[in-house]
Amino acid sequence: MEEQDKILHEVTSKEYEFGFSSDFDMDTIPKGLNEDVIRVISAKKEEPEFMLNFRLEAFRKWQKMTMPDWAYLKIPPIDFQEIIYYAAPKKKPQYESLDEIDPDLLETFNKLGIPLEEQKILSGVAVDAVIDSVSVKTTFKETLAEKGIIFCSFSEAVKEHPDLIQKYLGMSVPVTDNFFAALNSAVFSDGSFCYIPKGVKCPMELSTYFRINASGTGQFERTLIIADDDSQVSYLEGCTAPMRDENQLHAAVVEIIALDRANVKYSTVQNWYPGDKNGKGGVYNFVTKRGICRGESSKISWTQVETGSAVTWKYPSCILMGDNSVGEFNSVALTNNYQQADTGTKMIHIGKNTKSTIISKGISAGKSDNAYRGLVKVMPGASNARNFSQCDSLLLGSNCGAHTFPYIEVANKSSIIEHEATTSKIGEDQIFYCNQRGISTEDAIGMIVNGYAKEVLNKLPMEFAVEAQKLLQISLEGSVG
Amino acid sequence: MLTIKNLRASVEGKEILKGINLEIKPGEIHAIMGPNGAGKSTLGNVLSGREGYEIEEGEVTFLGEDLLDLSPEDRARKGLFLSFQYPVEIPGVPMVNFLKTSVNEHRKFKGLEPLTAGEFLKLMREKKDMLHLDSQLTNRSVNEGFSGGEKKKNEIFQMAMLEPKLAILDETDSGLDIDALRVVAEGVNALKSPEHSTIVITHYQRLLDYIVPDFVHVLYNGQIVKSAGKELALELEEKGYDWIKKELV
Repeated sequence: MEEQDKILHEVTSKEYEFGFSSDFDMDTIPKGLNEDVIRVISAKKEEPEFMLNFRLEAFRKWQKMTMPDWAYLKIPPIDFQEIIYYAAPKKKPQYESLDEIDPDLLETFNKLGIPLEEQKILSGVAVDAVIDSVSVKTTFKETLAEKGIIFCSFSEAVKEHPDLIQKYLGMSVPVTDNFFAALNSAVFSDGSFCYIPKGVKCPMELSTYFRINASGTGQFERTLIIADDDSQVSYLEGCTAPMRDENQLHAAVVEIIALDRANVKYSTVQNWYPGDKNGKGGVYNFVTKRGICRGESSKISWTQVETGSAVTWKYPSCILMGDNSVGEFNSVALTNNYQQADTGTKMIHIGKNTKSTIISKGISAGKSDNAYRGLVKVMPGASNARNFSQCDSLLLGSNCGAHTFPYIEVANKSSIIEHEATTSKIGEDQIFYCNQRGISTEDAIGMIVNGYAKEVLNKLPMEFAVEAQKLLQISLEGSVG
Repeated sequence: MLTIKNLRASVEGKEILKGINLEIKPGEIHAIMGPNGAGKSTLGNVLSGREGYEIEEGEVTFLGEDLLDLSPEDRARKGLFLSFQYPVEIPGVPMVNFLKTSVNEHRKFKGLEPLTAGEFLKLMREKKDMLHLDSQLTNRSVNEGFSGGEKKKNEIFQMAMLEPKLAILDETDSGLDIDALRVVAEGVNALKSPEHSTIVITHYQRLLDYIVPDFVHVLYNGQIVKSAGKELALELEEKGYDWIKKELV
């Protein structure tokens, strides 16, 4: 673990170097979106023709679509012609020293125990020392290369492995899937690509942390993970540090393809800027995440801890195509102040003996609204499909809302579907009990909330779980007067 | 240790404590008895700082400090412990984590280093052995799914871990069988020393067979109407509270 930490630290201590050719000094192209803009994006990235066609098809479909309004979210109208769709990564740091950074942000960094150098990177401050990062990168890449694992930026993959991209891109999330997925397909800037060959068990947790530092590919990110027959991988996305971003609109797409007996575990900690206490600012996060269990006995498991963003619209889903395939969704979604989240999952059972489990833990505080929205669909051919769903909501205070919208569509009589739901409030008596044992109210709430979310937090990789616990507590600070 | 002077407190505008006076010296055990609704539990809650009680008048000094000025957690850290009449369940929080946080908060307040995991587990084992507690209890979530007796034993176990200066046992004996009662009594007696004091709030004299009080007070209608030695408990057991009521008229 120590080795990994070292690599992590050093890799993140350097300038972003993947994906963009250094020849492009032009920072941005004009705002607005049309076919020409898309052609420019594709040309700047030196993409092959199939990629341009993919983008153009998506754009043409997107133009005919309207923004979905079925979610339990109040979002002001978004003018998509006011957005700049291509910006080269900023090479120059925005600030000279940490003194220029919002002290609240630094305070949070300290509470999370983030090392000073990383704080600088996360908040866009110039970093002085870059130590031998070339060898670190080589070690990391060599370990993966030995096993034949490909882990690189999306742009690099388009250049180096066009066959894989062409075959799998859009397989889980077709360009026409939804408004935001279509937009992403048309304009995505960069992201991650991962291929695990047949029979290979990835020897380490693959983290986007390794690959991307603060210079944002954030706005329209694209991730594609392919796990070939009998392979196994655990993938971590995001980090617990609060991410400031000037871009208000985020529309990412993540696609996972699991072939025969492959096992993919995808863990997310999302902590984009949620806006201030009065609900001003904050990221609008519209994410399409979907995995397809194409192979028999394959498994895809989503685990997410969502604490950030002003608006979250996100439904990591599984299409259980292969017989005996398994889908899992484990989620903790916390909203505070004026945050809004509409999040959940879709489990589509197509193959025989397919199984899915949904565990959703919503936590609402302040004046926030937190909705679970889930679909369990059993197709006619999915004999003996099995689903268990548990959706719990926890309320702090009486000005917040928790909502549950479960949809169940069953077309096969041999299936068994179970749904359990609870709503509870953190009791004053629970807090007083902790107080009486010498534990402060803030620590008591952290403890109670973490106890409530434990089932999901336990599914996270160890080091992530510890950070996520702290994050839940910090995100609730000041929520109880 | 604790001095209560003319304490008056109300809940939602209704006066419950109507001028309590009480002096507890180090090492003493005081029993507070009385009929339902006399204000026994309110006294425990007011002393430990529970929300929802309005202090109308009076003062309380604990170890030389104004108790009513302190937050509930600081009262606890200074050594005031309340054994709850209805211990609260906290799902998903293992007892061992809860107690470790609690013990270390107390230590931090005293300027001591937190216990290491090893030291803590050792201390926990000692106290569990002392009280003959089921070793699985500490792996379970705080009070979750505990039987009535287990919850009460768990309160006494926490008391033993924290070694408070002043413990208030709010009807810890209610609903207990003889074995559990003995555990409770052993816990209290083990803590008995010239530095530690205890307030036993109870309905029945049964517990006082095991925990022998230095003083017995009768709380009736928000006031302490009678105080005497341990023989008063026996008298109450025999004659009931009506006798006191009549005497007051």
